[in-house]
Amino acid sequence: MSVKLGLLALLDEQPMYGYQLHTTFKERTGDTWPLNIGQVYTTLARLERDGLVEAAGDDGDGHQIYALTDTGRAELSQWFATPVARSDRPRDELAIKLSVALTVSGVDVREVLQTQRTATLRDLQDLTRQKAAVDEGDLAWLLALDSLIFQAEAEARWLDSCEERLLKKEVRR
Amino acid sequence: MTLLELRHVSRIHGSGASAVTALNDVSFAVQPGELVAVMGPSGSGKSTLLNLAGGLDTPTNGDVLVEGVSLGELSSRALAAVRRRSVGYVFQDLNLLPALTAAENVSLPRELDGVPLRRARTEALATLERFGLSDVADRFPDDLSGGQQQRVAIARAFIGERRLLLADEPTGALDTTTGESVLRLLREQCAAGAGGVLVTHEARHAAWADRIVFLRDGRVVDETGEARRPNGDAIATGGRS
Repeated sequence: MSVKLGLLALLDEQPMYGYQLHTTFKERTGDTWPLNIGQVYTTLARLERDGLVEAAGDDGDGHQIYALTDTGRAELSQWFATPVARSDRPRDELAIKLSVALTVSGVDVREVLQTQRTATLRDLQDLTRQKAAVDEGDLAWLLALDSLIFQAEAEARWLDSCEERLLKKEVRR
Repeated sequence: MTLLELRHVSRIHGSGASAVTALNDVSFAVQPGELVAVMGPSGSGKSTLLNLAGGLDTPTNGDVLVEGVSLGELSSRALAAVRRRSVGYVFQDLNLLPALTAAENVSLPRELDGVPLRRARTEALATLERFGLSDVADRFPDDLSGGQQQRVAIARAFIGERRLLLADEPTGALDTTTGESVLRLLREQCAAGAGGVLVTHEARHAAWADRIVFLRDGRVVDETGEARRPNGDAIATGGRS
């Protein structure tokens, strides 16, 4: 899911060709997400087919350059505005989303953080409600709920720390 | 009746070029049965909000109403009475007076209300019993565990007619399970008809609330769940159980 969106985000900055995209993606996500050049090309082909990117000439050395279309831009905004579901992360889409959001102009990263925080806290409230209703004797279920609660809490704390780092950076500028 | 309502409340410290806006046009309400958590980074206005809600500070603009009474219209004497009779406070520490037993700590607010000593003690013992603390009634705070101290502080906050609890990081230095028992207690009191505002920076603690309000730079930036109507129904289904 988010290889596609990650590439769209990079193309929002400037049109690029496949190899350039591959290198930039690796730089931005710090190798947390292995991606081979073949995936980049197949993804680009699919994005072009779906009208999210379009061919925009070559760079003079025969490299095909791709640019974001308006549809692609709309899809990207939608992604940034939508929190990642906790159950839907084969790879850490959230970490990818935040590192990409930092480098794309026009994205309010604090809004992305807050949208996610609200969704995470809602999950945490749901889990806590379940826990409040559990009979103290049902230890196995309590422990399982605790595990989910601490995972959600870890994410909330990580979001807080992202925001703190972001603020420090803004102050230094 | 709505227990607490903030209407377009702002608080500005200082004036002119050095003015600092601690709270900026904040509105929210707490209904009976509701526990509302307030989260935000340090400096976001959490403590200011709590001080205004409890009549310990006065807004620059806007209105604070406790059980329908606008605090801004009260004389300082009447305000002190509202603070004593309608609002219970629990802080991170410095909650109990070390020279008084648990029962004396709990009965103190009633004695200040002018209730005769004997009756205040009877009420205190009944309240301690309600909170499962009968066996520590005659012990001094230093002889109690951190968790017991905080539970006594919560019992004290609810003695008499008080139905609005304002809590600032009430689980401060407590370990995980003890902190949880304190939150469970708050949750139960609210379910029984009280209302509470819980200021915390811990997501896991805020999750015990019905609703979480996020503050940033003195403004409400987001909320989980929906505000309730004064009759206790949710205005929309916000996932509340």
